[in-house]
Amino acid sequence: MDFIAIMRWGWRQLTSMRTALILLILLGVAAIPGSLFPQRSQNPQKVDQYFVSDPTLAHWMDRFKLFNVYASPWFSAIYLLLFISLIGCVLPRTIEHLKAIGKKPPLTPKNLDRMEGFRVAEQESDVALLNARAWFKKNHFRIRVDENSISAEKGYGRETGNLLFHLSLVLILIGVALGSLFGSKGEAIVNVGERFVNTPTSYDTLSFGKFQGQGSLVPFELKVTDFVAKYNASTSMPEDYTLTASVANPIGSPSKSISIKVNKPLTYGNTKIYLQANGYSPVVSIRDKSGVVTFHGPVIFLPQDANLSSIGAIKVPDMNPQIGFIASFLPTAKSSKTRGVFSSYPEVLNPELVISVWQGNLGLDSGNPQSVYELNTSHMKKIGLHALNLGDTYNFAVGSITFEGWKSWVNLQIVDDPGKMYALFGAIFAILGLLISLFTRQRRIWVKVGSRVEIAGLAKNGIPGLSEELDDLQRKVEQG
Amino acid sequence: MNSIQLATFSNHAIYAALFVFTIAFFAHAFEVAWSVKNVEGSDSTVLDFSKTERAGRIGTAMMILGFFIVTIAVATRGLSAHRVPWGNMYEFSITGAFTLCAAYLFSLSKWKLRWLGLPVSFFTLLTLGTAITVLYRPSEQLVPALKSPWLAVHVSAAIISGGVFLVANLVAATYLWMEVIEKKGERPVWAKKIPSLESLDQLSYRLIAFVFPLWTFAVIAGAIWAESAWGKYWSWDPKETWAFITWVAYAAYLHARVTVGWRGRRAAWLCIFAGSTFLFNYIYVNIWGTGLHTYSGL
Ligand code: HEM
Repeated sequence: MDFIAIMRWGWRQLTSMRTALILLILLGVAAIPGSLFPQRSQNPQKVDQYFVSDPTLAHWMDRFKLFNVYASPWFSAIYLLLFISLIGCVLPRTIEHLKAIGKKPPLTPKNLDRMEGFRVAEQESDVALLNARAWFKKNHFRIRVDENSISAEKGYGRETGNLLFHLSLVLILIGVALGSLFGSKGEAIVNVGERFVNTPTSYDTLSFGKFQGQGSLVPFELKVTDFVAKYNASTSMPEDYTLTASVANPIGSPSKSISIKVNKPLTYGNTKIYLQANGYSPVVSIRDKSGVVTFHGPVIFLPQDANLSSIGAIKVPDMNPQIGFIASFLPTAKSSKTRGVFSSYPEVLNPELVISVWQGNLGLDSGNPQSVYELNTSHMKKIGLHALNLGDTYNFAVGSITFEGWKSWVNLQIVDDPGKMYALFGAIFAILGLLISLFTRQRRIWVKVGSRVEIAGLAKNGIPGLSEELDDLQRKVEQG
Repeated sequence: MNSIQLATFSNHAIYAALFVFTIAFFAHAFEVAWSVKNVEGSDSTVLDFSKTERAGRIGTAMMILGFFIVTIAVATRGLSAHRVPWGNMYEFSITGAFTLCAAYLFSLSKWKLRWLGLPVSFFTLLTLGTAITVLYRPSEQLVPALKSPWLAVHVSAAIISGGVFLVANLVAATYLWMEVIEKKGERPVWAKKIPSLESLDQLSYRLIAFVFPLWTFAVIAGAIWAESAWGKYWSWDPKETWAFITWVAYAAYLHARVTVGWRGRRAAWLCIFAGSTFLFNYIYVNIWGTGLHTYSGL
C-alpha cells in the first residue's frame, strides 16, 4: 500500500510540468560539456592528447564520461526521464482530447462577471441569443445552446497541434534508437581502378548496432572508374569532387555507370554510399639487387594538409633482410629556403616522392596489429634518403625503387540507418504540430441572458485579441 | 556587370549602408535625448516632440533606406558568386544584418516600436562594421560540402531566426531596464514612450512563439543536409550541439510561460539566456570551435 502510494506520488512528480521544465533545462546544460571537450566519436586524436598531457586529469574526466558525453549514462538518464515524463504527460491528454471530439463545449459558468472581458449588452433576451448564435456560426465556433445561455468554443486545434508536436518528439526518439540499434557504419579506401565488394572484410573500419547482424549488408559491388577533383587556381580550395563508378547490385548482375558527389550519395534502400575524402596513392616498383620485382603497385598515402602533401609507408617483407620506406608524396612540389620542399597545389602538376629507406625487421609477425600507414622502425636502420621525380629510379645498397606514377583514392563511407525515415517523419509532424498549436488561438465565449444580457470570454494563455472579438460580438448582439 | 564588378559593388553598398545606419543611429539617439525639456524656473521636465518627431521620422526613413541598400548588397554578393550568399561568416553577418532590419521594420509596422530603432541601428552597425573589416572574404566558389540546395534553406531559416531572436532579446532587455526604473517610482519622461511592461513582456513572447517553429525547421533542415553530405543526420558536432541547446532553451521558455505561468522578469531572463546561446554558437563556435562546421577560414 505504502509502496504503491510512493510509486504513484513519484509518477505524478515525474509527469508534472515543473519536472519536465527542469529536465528540459538539464538536458540543455548536460549537452554543453560535449561541445567543450573533444569527443571520442569525433576526434579520438585530441582525446589522446589529453591523456598524454595530463593523464590523471584525463583519467578522471574519462570516469565521468566527459569524452563520451552523448553516450554517457547521465546524459541518457536525463533524456530517458524526459521522454518517460513526456509520454506520461501526453498520452492521457491525447485520450482525453480524442474523447472530446464532437462533444459540446462545457456548461456556461454561473458567474460571468469574474471572467475576462466581461460586459453587459443592451438588448432583448431572445434577440440577443439569436444574434449571438448567428455570430458564432459565422465565426465557426462550436456552440452549446441552453435555455438562457450559449457557451461557445474555438481553437480546439491548439491542443491537437500541441499533442501532435509532443508525440512526434517521441517518434523522433524511436527513429534515433532504431538507427543506433539496427544500423551499421563503415569506411573503405578504394583506389581508382579497383573494386569494392560490400562484405565485412572489405572495410577498413566497420561497426554494427547492437542488434544488427553481419549478413545484413546490401550485396553490391562497385568499381571506381574515375575520380575528378577541381580546385580554385588562386586559393587551392576544392570546388568539386566527382566519383564515377560502375556498380552492380546484387553482385554479378549487369553493372551500370553512376556518379557520386559530396552531396549526392549512392542510395540502396536505407543504405547510402558517400564520398567522404580523397587522396593519392603513388605507384612504385621495387627490385632486389638481381633486378627481380619484389613489390609493385599503388600504396595509399594519407593527406596532411589542404595541398594534399601525403605521407605513407611502403613495406617489402619478401626481401631478406626486410626493407621498408617512409615516404611523402607531393602532388605539386615546390621548394623554398624557409620551408624546404612542400606541396603548393592539391592537383598533381609536378609530383615528387621523398623517401627514406630502412632495413631490418618490419615486425609484421609480432602479433600486434600495425598501421599500414606507418613504419615501425624500432628494429630497423636507415640506409638511404632520396627525392624522386616521376620516372626516376633510386638505387640503394640492396636494390632499387622506381617512382612510376600515381592514382587517386577515394574514401567511401557506407551507412545503413533503418531509423532515419521515422526521425524524418517525426520532424515533419513536429513542425506541423508546432505551427498549428502556436498559431491557433483557443478561447471560450459565453452569452447569458436573464435580468440583463451578459457577455464574457476566456482566452487560453492570455492570448491577445479576445477583447476585440468581444467588442465585435457585442455590436452584433446589440443590433436591431 | 561581371562577377568582380558585382562583388565590388556589393562592398560599396555595405559602406553606403554603414553611412546610412549611422545617420539612423544619431537620429534615433537625438529623438530619445531631445524630447525631454526642462520647464523654465522649475525642476520638472516635460516631453516636447515638436522637434524630435522629425528626427524620429528621419531615423525610420534611414532605417528603411539602409535596409534596401543592405538588401542590394546581399543580392549582388550572391550574384557575384553565382550562389546564395551564405558561404562564410562575412556573408552570414551581412545577411544577419539584413534579417535584423527586416524583423525590426516588420515589428515597426505592426506594433509601432520606433524606440527599438536605437538599439537595432546600433547592432546593425556593429554587425556590418565587423563584417566588412574583420570578417571580410573575397567572393568565391563554395567547397563541395556546401554545394547543396539545403544551404539556402537551412541557412536562411537560421539567419531569420537569429534576427528575430536578437529583437526579442532587445525587447526583454528593455523590459528588465524599465522594471528597474519603475521600481524607483514613475518612469522619467523619456521612457514614457516605451510600451508598458506588460506589452513588452507579451511582445517578446510573441516574437519567440513566431520564430520557434522556424528555428525548429532550421535545425531539421541542417540535419537533412548533414545526412546528405556527411552520412549522419546528427553527430553532436559543436555547432549542432549549440543549435540543440538553443532549441531546448526556447522550448523551456515556452513551457515556462505557457504551462508553469512564468511572466515578467523571470521570463525575460530566460529569454535573454536562450538568445545568448544562439549568439554564443554564432560567435564562439564559428571562430574558435573545431568540427565539421568550421570550413573556409571563417
Ligand atoms: C524535448 C522535450 C519537449 C519540448 C521541446 C517541448 C516543447 C513544447 C512547446 C514548444 C510547447 C508550447 C506549445 C504552446 O505554446 O502551446 C509545449 C507545450 C506543452 N508541453 Fe512540451 N515539450 C517537451 C517536453 C514536454 C514534457 C516532458 C511534457 C510533460 C510532462 C510536456 C508537456 C507540455 C504541455 C502539457 C504543453 C501544453 C501547454 C498548453 O498549451 O497548455 N512537454 N511543449
